[in-house]
Amino acid sequence: MHLKISHTTSYHYDTPVPYALQQLRLRPKSRPEQNVISWDVTVDGGQRQVSFEDEHANRVDLISFDAGVETIVITCEGEVEVTDNNGVVGKHTGFTPLWLFNRTTKLTKPGTGLRALMSDFKKPEGDLAMLHAMSDHILEKVPYSKEQTSSMLTVEQALAAGHGVCQDHAHIFISAVRQMGYPARYVSGYLMMDGTVEQNASHAWAEAYVDGLGWVGFDVSNGQSPDARYVRVATGLDYSQAAPTSGMRFGDGPESMRVTLVVEQQQ
Amino acid sequence: MTDKPSFFDEMYGFGETARAPYSAYSSWFNQEDVARLRKKSEQAEAFFRLTGITFNVYGVEEATERLIPFDLVPRIITGREWGILEKGIEQRVRAINSFLHDIYHRQEIVRAGRIPVEMIARNDAFLPQMIGVAPPGNIYTHITGTDLVRTGEDEFYVLEDNARTPSGVSYMLENRETMLHMFPELFSQINVRGVSQYPRSLRRSLSSCRPSICDGPPTLAVLTPGIHNSAYYEHAFLADQMGVELVEGHDLRVVDGRVAMRTTRGYKPIDVLYRRVDDDFLDPMTFNPDSVLGVPGIMDVYRAGGITIANAPGTGIADDKAIYSYMPEIVEFYTGEQPILKNVPTWRCSEPDAFKYVLEHLEELVVKEVHGSGGYGMLVGPAASKKEIADFRAKLETKPGNYIAQPTLSLSTVPILTKAGLAPRHVDLRPFALASPGGVEIIPGGLTRVALKKGSLVVNSSQGGGTKDTWVLED
Repeated sequence: MHLKISHTTSYHYDTPVPYALQQLRLRPKSRPEQNVISWDVTVDGGQRQVSFEDEHANRVDLISFDAGVETIVITCEGEVEVTDNNGVVGKHTGFTPLWLFNRTTKLTKPGTGLRALMSDFKKPEGDLAMLHAMSDHILEKVPYSKEQTSSMLTVEQALAAGHGVCQDHAHIFISAVRQMGYPARYVSGYLMMDGTVEQNASHAWAEAYVDGLGWVGFDVSNGQSPDARYVRVATGLDYSQAAPTSGMRFGDGPESMRVTLVVEQQQ
Repeated sequence: MTDKPSFFDEMYGFGETARAPYSAYSSWFNQEDVARLRKKSEQAEAFFRLTGITFNVYGVEEATERLIPFDLVPRIITGREWGILEKGIEQRVRAINSFLHDIYHRQEIVRAGRIPVEMIARNDAFLPQMIGVAPPGNIYTHITGTDLVRTGEDEFYVLEDNARTPSGVSYMLENRETMLHMFPELFSQINVRGVSQYPRSLRRSLSSCRPSICDGPPTLAVLTPGIHNSAYYEHAFLADQMGVELVEGHDLRVVDGRVAMRTTRGYKPIDVLYRRVDDDFLDPMTFNPDSVLGVPGIMDVYRAGGITIANAPGTGIADDKAIYSYMPEIVEFYTGEQPILKNVPTWRCSEPDAFKYVLEHLEELVVKEVHGSGGYGMLVGPAASKKEIADFRAKLETKPGNYIAQPTLSLSTVPILTKAGLAPRHVDLRPFALASPGGVEIIPGGLTRVALKKGSLVVNSSQGGGTKDTWVLED
C-alpha cells in the first residue's frame, strides 16, 4: 500500500520562550516491509542542531527554538510503500541486546493492577496465540476510549482508569508480556484509519519478541497485528523513548499543542 | 621500633634499618631535629590554607570545608618498582577501554561466557544510551585513577579502578609543590621524578581525543558541578593549570550543532569537555530530568560526534565493584596477556556459596557496597565492634547482591611524623593514567593516602585519612 502522510505538530506558548530544545523521533526508516520513498521534516520557529541514531536505531533530530518564539510548527511530509507481513517485523538487529527489552521502566512498572489483569488471563498454547489472546484480554479489560488524558499515564494508572488510548494499551501489553519473559517494546508510528477506531494523533502499538519469528507487532487498541496500513517510525522501552517529540524549555508559561495528521492511500 | 612489625613497612621493611629506596632520605632525616620538622609541618598546613586546597565531607552534619592533613614524610618507590606498576596499570587501562567498547557494541566477552550477562544487564552503571557510540579514538577513560595497595616487598594489588571521574590529582601536585618549597635541599640530594608536567600532559592527551569535527587547535573546558562539590578546588585548579575555562552547566548551551560556552564575544564551541559532573547529572534530556548541573542536549551533540566528553559516559560499568572481580578475565580476554597486577580475591555476595562464606567470616573480611565510593557504607571486620558487625549483617542480608567482600589485606605502612617521632601508618596509592590514541601515559607519582589513626586501614579522606608526597626515584 502506498501511503501519503502529512503530519503537523504545532506548539503555542503564551509567553515567548527564551531557550528550548526538542528531540524529534519523526523519521521512519526503510525496512523490508516498508519502503520510505520520500520524507521531509521541517521546523518553523526553530533550527535543527544535530541528528543521530539512538540505541534503538531511531533517527533523532535535536532542534532548538529560535529565541523568543511563541509558536513552533513541525511538519513531516512523505510517502511510504508498505507491504503486509502479518505484523512480523523480523529478526533483532543492532548492538542493543535483547535483554534490555525485559527491563521495567517507570511507565511500564507492574503493580497490583497488572497482577490482577494477569491472574484472570487464560493462557492458550503457543507464543502467537498467547500474545494475541493477551492483546484481546487487555482490550476487554481496558476498553478503548477517545478521551485522551492530558498527561502520560503509567500502566497502573491506566489500569485504574479502566479505559485507555493506544499508548496505554501498548504500555499494558509491554508490561504484561515482559512479566511472562518476552522482550517487548513500544512503537510509535502512523495508521491509515478506515473507520475502525478514530485517531486524531499519531498511533502507538507494541512489539514482542518471539523466538524463531523475531519481533511481532500487536495493536491492542485495534485488536490486530499491524498490516500494510501501518508505518513504523520509532521504538523504545516505553513511550518516553519513542515519543515523536520530547524536550525541555526555559520559562514556565502555559503551552498548547495541536496535531493534524493526514494519512491517505495514494493510488 | 622494638616489636617486630607485622606489616611491611616501606621505610624499614620488617626490620629496623631503612630499605634501599629510603636510605638517602633516612640519613637526611636522622640529622634533622624533630622539633624543626614539626614546625615545618605547621608551615605546610598554613601553605595549604593559603592555596585554598580543601574538601567537603559528605554524610556529616554541618559538613564544612576541611583541610586534608598532610604528612611530610614522603612515600618512596624505586624506579624498578614503578616500572612494574606502570606496565601493569597501562595493561589494565588498555583492557578497560577495550572492555567498554565491547560492552557498548558486540559484547563479545558476554557471548564468550567470560562474564555472566546479569553482571551487565542488572547493572545501573551500564548506560543503554552509550550503545553503538564510539568516542574519538575509542578512548573511554581519558583519566583513570588506579587504587593500589602493597603488602610486601614485591606484592602489589589493585584495589579499585576509578574510571568515572577520579579525583585527587591536585593533591599529588600540591604535595610535591609543598615539599619542594619546604625541603629544596632534599630534592638536590635525591633524584625524584617530576610530576608537575601533569596538567600539560592532561591537556595534550585530551586534545588528541578531539572530535573529527574540530579542525583547528581544540578548545577545552572543565565542567564542574559548582562550588558545593567536594572537589571544586581541584576542578578550578586543573582548569587554571591547563589554561582552559572552568564552566558550569548554565554557562553552556547547544549552538550550531555544538556545545558552546558563553564568552564576552558570544558563544564559543567546546571540542573536549573534561567533565567532573557524574553521568546521571550530565544531561537532563537523556539522564536524570531533575538535574540542573548538566547541559541539556549535550548527549545528543556527543552522539552526533560534535564533542568529546572525558571521561565518556557509562565508564562506571568498568569500575563497578562487582565487575572488579572479573578484571583478571577482562585483562586476559582483551590483551591476551596475564594480568601484571594482581586483583584482591573477591567474594560476590550475589553468589549463594560466596555469601554463605562471607556471613560466616564477617569478623575477618572487608565488605563493600558494590556501587558505593569513598569508603562510605563499608565494614572493616577486624576493626568493627560486635554491634557494628550485627548491624551490617542485617543490611547485608536484605540485599546480598549489593555487596562484595574481600580479605583484610595487610596494607603496607609508611612512617608519619608524630610528636614522638616516626610512627608507621597504613597507606594506599592512586597513580593517574592518561589514555589517548597515542597510548597510555602514567605520571610517575600519585596520591598516597594514609590512615592517620594508629592501626586504621581506612585511608579515605572522608574517614580521617591524610596524604603524603609520592616519590618515584630515578634509578
